[in-house]
Amino acid sequence: MATTAEVAVGTERGRTICGFCGVGCGLVLDLQDGVITKATGDKENPSSKGEACIKGREGWRHVYSDRRLTRPLVRKDGELVPASWDEALDLVASKMTQIKNEHGGDAFGMFSSSRSSNELNYLSGRFVRQVLGASNIDSCNRA
Amino acid sequence: MATFGAGGATTSYEEFENTDLIICWGSNTQECHPIIYNHMRRGVKNGAKMVVVDPRKIDQTKKADKWLPVNVGTDICLANAMANVIIAEGLQNQEFIERATENFEAYREKVSGYTPEYAEQITNVPAEDIREVARLYATADRAILNWTLGITEHHNGADAVFALIALGLLTGHVGKYGSGLNPLRGQNNVQGGGDMGALPNRMVGGWQWNDPEARPLFEEVWGAPLPQKVGKNQAEMMEAVESGEIRCMYVIGENPAQSDANELHHERLFSGLDFLVVQDIFPTKTARMADVVLPAAASWCETEGTVVNSERRVQRIHKVIDPPGEARPDEWILQDIANRMGANWEFETAEDIWNEVRRLAPNFSGISYERLERYGGIQWPCLDGDEEEISDITPQEQLAAGVKGAKESGEETATTAVARKTELGTKFLYAELWGDVVERRAPFHPVDHEGPVEMPDAEYPFQLTTGRRLAFHNTGTMTQNYKKVKDPEELLEICEEDARALGVEDGSFVKVSSRRGTVPAVKARVTDRVRPGLLFMGYSFPDQVPTNVLTINAIDPQSGTAELKACAVKVEPAA
Repeated sequence: MATTAEVAVGTERGRTICGFCGVGCGLVLDLQDGVITKATGDKENPSSKGEACIKGREGWRHVYSDRRLTRPLVRKDGELVPASWDEALDLVASKMTQIKNEHGGDAFGMFSSSRSSNELNYLSGRFVRQVLGASNIDSCNRA
Repeated sequence: MATFGAGGATTSYEEFENTDLIICWGSNTQECHPIIYNHMRRGVKNGAKMVVVDPRKIDQTKKADKWLPVNVGTDICLANAMANVIIAEGLQNQEFIERATENFEAYREKVSGYTPEYAEQITNVPAEDIREVARLYATADRAILNWTLGITEHHNGADAVFALIALGLLTGHVGKYGSGLNPLRGQNNVQGGGDMGALPNRMVGGWQWNDPEARPLFEEVWGAPLPQKVGKNQAEMMEAVESGEIRCMYVIGENPAQSDANELHHERLFSGLDFLVVQDIFPTKTARMADVVLPAAASWCETEGTVVNSERRVQRIHKVIDPPGEARPDEWILQDIANRMGANWEFETAEDIWNEVRRLAPNFSGISYERLERYGGIQWPCLDGDEEEISDITPQEQLAAGVKGAKESGEETATTAVARKTELGTKFLYAELWGDVVERRAPFHPVDHEGPVEMPDAEYPFQLTTGRRLAFHNTGTMTQNYKKVKDPEELLEICEEDARALGVEDGSFVKVSSRRGTVPAVKARVTDRVRPGLLFMGYSFPDQVPTNVLTINAIDPQSGTAELKACAVKVEPAA
């Protein structure tokens, strides 16, 4: 099994699945000092067998975009300003708890992501039903 | 697909290479699913015929044996007319209908009114072409019918899906190797999102929210009672935001303020929430409206986990690089919030989470991380058990027949070239419909034609349809960083006749307006891909060209999807 350690930062090559459309092509990512330099189709992948389109081969650059979010942001006096994870998560948990206590689970809605993993989507369903006591969850728009 | 139970493509990609007829209906496969299209091209090389049903003369029509230039939003009428022909000429698969389906008589009655001549007036497809394609489909040994958002992004999209599935039931083109019914998925994990129960009415593994068998199991594993009612879908949630019932939204990896129909309306709704949390990799328009923004890792290369593709294959994604700055994987952010609200979740790895999925969802119970690594991905369902026992569960004679055709043509398919000792999982669904005893029959859902909600009129004389182009993806957050690519900007496709009448030239800028909003300037591309009266725009450059200010928020109550494929607009030269 290719463990996290084998594909961790610093190795020369990593395997994963393309993040764009629903075909799910296997990609091999070449790395230089932990930075992706090239993406090619993964010949071992049983669905795509080495093929990948322009989005798979070129689209990876979006992960290095300077527009990436790198810190939690919290709205203060109308402006989104950087905050620590603790501050941001405490605020989310306390506001959600307060809304749940005052208005119940029906006051919540959740959009889960068709771009994220199964593990995230499973936990989203569990979070809504178990923690918020709600059922308002959907995924898959074309964001 | 409600007809059968769990939703997912019934065939494998390799079956495109081993079939006799491929129909792409409302699916620009070549541009939107290029690698699936490669499988189709090899199928055509192996002798399959290809039929394209699309309002636009997309490039794929050049490769097709037949192109049906259907009017936008008239697919139900076309499908019913094909059924009308098949039944009138006695070409239906009566044996399959009797053994494996129910409600056929109601369906027969429904489609009896949809003669090809009537359908020609509605759909723009010549009656003779409807007959020809109906015969082609009914008499093919093996046929695969595929669709995407051209079918579903309508106010009655779920009905259109029923109309297509009914064609498969009528002809028996489902449940055997090389024949099937496939919704192709637009995002890398649309399939998985639904499979994992991120839905208002279903939980992981396809369990209905109120299934009496499932509820005790979930309550035991989660240690909490389940809510007593069904949830709201995306569109219903937005209505509840408008009415004030929903006060807090938690949005992960989506950009609904920009990607949904009638963008300006959605923007107002989001700004009215008491509390909005957005978790994403980019500061999307929705994120910029949030009270708290949580920076996420890009799941496909910065986290461990799994996704499911359009042939139901569960595949591992790996953390190949570190996320930037303090960004973290989605699932660990969510666990932290849950635990701060008292949940006591103790997952340490993605595999821990996946193993809980396997406990709750029989379809995935046999798919362990270890087996995923060994087999390079496994197609659900795959029940847990001894490996010898659960491998090769599909009918061998069918598989042999399928691969033989390709070998005889002298060309080994890409599939057969990858030698694997055994195949775990399920290549194609619903083989049981051909078994000795059919325990669960597939029902026909008769449906009627209903055109788009908003048709062109004197004030807004053009019909606008929207979609994706090859190199670009959705709201563009992930595809605006190419170095060099053809046409890296939004374009409005318009035919020569309409362009001339408006005094618009190829490359000049036009203003496009609907009853809901205006795009002040978009570059015109004069092309024969669209016909008179029809316009096409993408939606991948929303900060420059906000296409979705134009689209209409007419929602399908069954699916929660908006009619993004059809609205009425007017066009003027840009100021």
